Amino acid sequence: MSEYVLELKGITKIFPGVKALNQVRFQLRPGEVHALMGENGAGKSTFIKVITGVHRPEEGEIFLEGRKVEFKGPRDAQAAGIAAVYQHPTSYPDLTVTENIFMNHEIKKRGMIQWKEMNREAQKYLDQLDADFKSTAEMGTLSVAQQQMVEIAKAVSTHAKIVILDEPTAALTANESEKLYRIVDKLKDEGVSIIFISHRFEDMYRLATRVTVFRDSQYIGTYEVDKITNADLIRQMVGREISDLYPKPEVKFGKELFRIERFTRTGYFKDVSISVKAGEIVGLTGLVGAGRTEVMEAVCGITGFDEGRVFLEGKEMRIKNPTDAGAAGIILLPEDRQKTGLIMSWGLGRNVTLPILDKFIHKGLIDEKEERSLAKQLLEDVDTKAVTVFDPASSLSGGNQQKVVVAKALAQDNMKVVIMDEPTKGVDVGAKAEIYQIMGELAQKGYAIIMISSEMPEIIGMCDRVYVMCSGRVTGELPRAELAQEKILEYAMEKSAGKEATA
Amino acid sequence: MEKKSIWKRIADSREASLVIVLILLCAAVSIRNPAFMTLSNLEEILKNNAVTMILALGMLCVLLIGGIDISIASTLAFTGMSVGLLFKYGYMGSTLLGFLLALVIGAVCGFIIGLVIGKGKVTPIIATMGFMYIYRGLAYVIGNSQWAGADALGDFKNFALGKYLGFGVINNVIMVTVICYIIFFFVMKWTKFGRNIYAVGSNEEAAAISGINVSRVKIAVYTIMGLLSGLCGALATTVYASAQPDMQTGKEMDVIAACVIGGVSMSGGKGSVGGALLGSLILAVIAKALPLVGINSLAQNTVKGVLIVVVIILNVITKRVMDKSALERREM
Repeated sequence: MSEYVLELKGITKIFPGVKALNQVRFQLRPGEVHALMGENGAGKSTFIKVITGVHRPEEGEIFLEGRKVEFKGPRDAQAAGIAAVYQHPTSYPDLTVTENIFMNHEIKKRGMIQWKEMNREAQKYLDQLDADFKSTAEMGTLSVAQQQMVEIAKAVSTHAKIVILDEPTAALTANESEKLYRIVDKLKDEGVSIIFISHRFEDMYRLATRVTVFRDSQYIGTYEVDKITNADLIRQMVGREISDLYPKPEVKFGKELFRIERFTRTGYFKDVSISVKAGEIVGLTGLVGAGRTEVMEAVCGITGFDEGRVFLEGKEMRIKNPTDAGAAGIILLPEDRQKTGLIMSWGLGRNVTLPILDKFIHKGLIDEKEERSLAKQLLEDVDTKAVTVFDPASSLSGGNQQKVVVAKALAQDNMKVVIMDEPTKGVDVGAKAEIYQIMGELAQKGYAIIMISSEMPEIIGMCDRVYVMCSGRVTGELPRAELAQEKILEYAMEKSAGKEATA
Repeated sequence: MEKKSIWKRIADSREASLVIVLILLCAAVSIRNPAFMTLSNLEEILKNNAVTMILALGMLCVLLIGGIDISIASTLAFTGMSVGLLFKYGYMGSTLLGFLLALVIGAVCGFIIGLVIGKGKVTPIIATMGFMYIYRGLAYVIGNSQWAGADALGDFKNFALGKYLGFGVINNVIMVTVICYIIFFFVMKWTKFGRNIYAVGSNEEAAAISGINVSRVKIAVYTIMGLLSGLCGALATTVYASAQPDMQTGKEMDVIAACVIGGVSMSGGKGSVGGALLGSLILAVIAKALPLVGINSLAQNTVKGVLIVVVIILNVITKRVMDKSALERREM
């Protein structure tokens, strides 16, 4: 038996106009967790697709346990024992967990699907993973973390020898991630080899023994995790030093700009009071499902609320829909850029000017020249790597899409309060630093900023003050000087840790 | 920025390919039957298809916001009957008043549909199916087994024969169609309302968060659809010099077909005024041409159906190619 369970040599994949992979290699030892890191667009996803047989490389060889193989399609890779779990579960929401797990390899007897047996088997896999839901549950009713567990169960059910996890923790909170870590450990103990893609350094340190770095479609190196420093690793990934990931400028706060009092929406959040001063960056954190996004969506009029008052510059406001919020200068940068932030099929220019079309209207008609030149200006302000204002939003990477969303917000020059919902989710290190930079500049210009985030380092790195939510209530408020991971987590899990303590 | 060559642009544009189809179609028919390309024949085609052409404009907007309206022929019949009967029983004599009234009735009909869809959040096909029966039923109810014939309509039927709107050269009905197209061309391309329609259809959630009042856009679009249906109710009454409760039954499918052939996406966000025009012209020419080139009128619907299916397949393929080219431009 060979030293490596999977080995790829000299893989080159060419898409029309781009070399997505350039002579990369990779070696996976049996039973190891191997992290694969690199910025967005470094070629990680393409590489995974080569392993799973989705793409066929132009050059290079793949060896499975020392034997040369050639995958003609995903089926071949699956048959060879390779399973992939993607960042966004690729499941069927209207089908049950069992159906999802056994999709394409149903248990059949004489052509009839054996439901009872399948449900039992599925439940067995779920129990192995300590899942807290039944195999008969409908997929769509599960949380992202639970859905991911189903995907992992699916991988286990195919008796995969190699499991690829593509950014599995991106949508998870701290303790959900911990649970995932335990599952990965368990798989490892059973002799499964794991390839783990992530932007989070915590994941890598917690799980992986070795890490391979890609940059600009090329193989940079493979390192033992406990022998490489964080700074060195970032340098390998980015190709340059990032001296300060959190460029937090010193800002003198102005007067209080925005305040909500006793915000309540039955079943979602209760008695939430938050205030922000001009130039201040306020963090809103907590576990996913704590009600952070829901509060801010109510503030912006996307959903309603039952009780509570909103004050802008000391005056009480009535906000009934997003149009009101926009007119008042409260701008939300939504978490899901593809679904709610941008119109992906439109050019960047049109996306940016969508909320402010009135500006270019002369005698009822839109002045497209003026529109274009302003859009161009705004896109340059945020330093987007776009070629023209006509490029569709779908042609940009995640980090650049986020910058376009920022440009769209900046277009609204009555903007006073900026609410950023998970602004760096799924964005690579380099683009993250740029987004923090922009955030700092906005604070300097005197905007009030509310950042919803689950990522501890950015909350601690960027915020002047942090509200922590748990089960729909604000359980703690911390000034910058007192920000510490343990303290935030303590507040974030206050309710679940035990009601007596808080009562 | 690299400038696209004119040929590349033409090759990329769906409208250009439709123009070519239309020209080939006309050429083929003229070779078989030289009478086809005469002015009087073309005038006849345009006049007889004015209703489809105008309704295609409204349907374009409805499809763009991701909706559908199958009640338009019923709205048309209801307004046509209302106006026809008012003439018949002598409550009204003025042609202008007849048209204005038709517009108002149509707009109200559409507005109600818009409320149900925009505010009530009812699925468009279900809502408009309901109103398809309601308005058609109302056309019968107000008719009370009566209908308005040519002699009952008086001066009103002469509108379709006159040329006073077209400076004595172009038929009135054709002129109305042209005016509608000019207005819609400007509205869809250069007004905020037009842009909002595209935004809502491309990504409703993103549009709402960008401050667009989505339900208001929907109500407006269905109201416009109703308004045009009302207009067409009056037009159909004058063109065919009669108003009957069963007039233009099934027209909605022709109109949707015209839009689809013209490249309007059924899932919203994609389509143009030019496409709607070309789609309805192609349908019109086919309907006129098939008998001229000796294809049995019984086979016409089959040919129309085949054409629609072919166009939809082409649509899917173009979309795939476009998506792929967008992905290729992504930096890797």
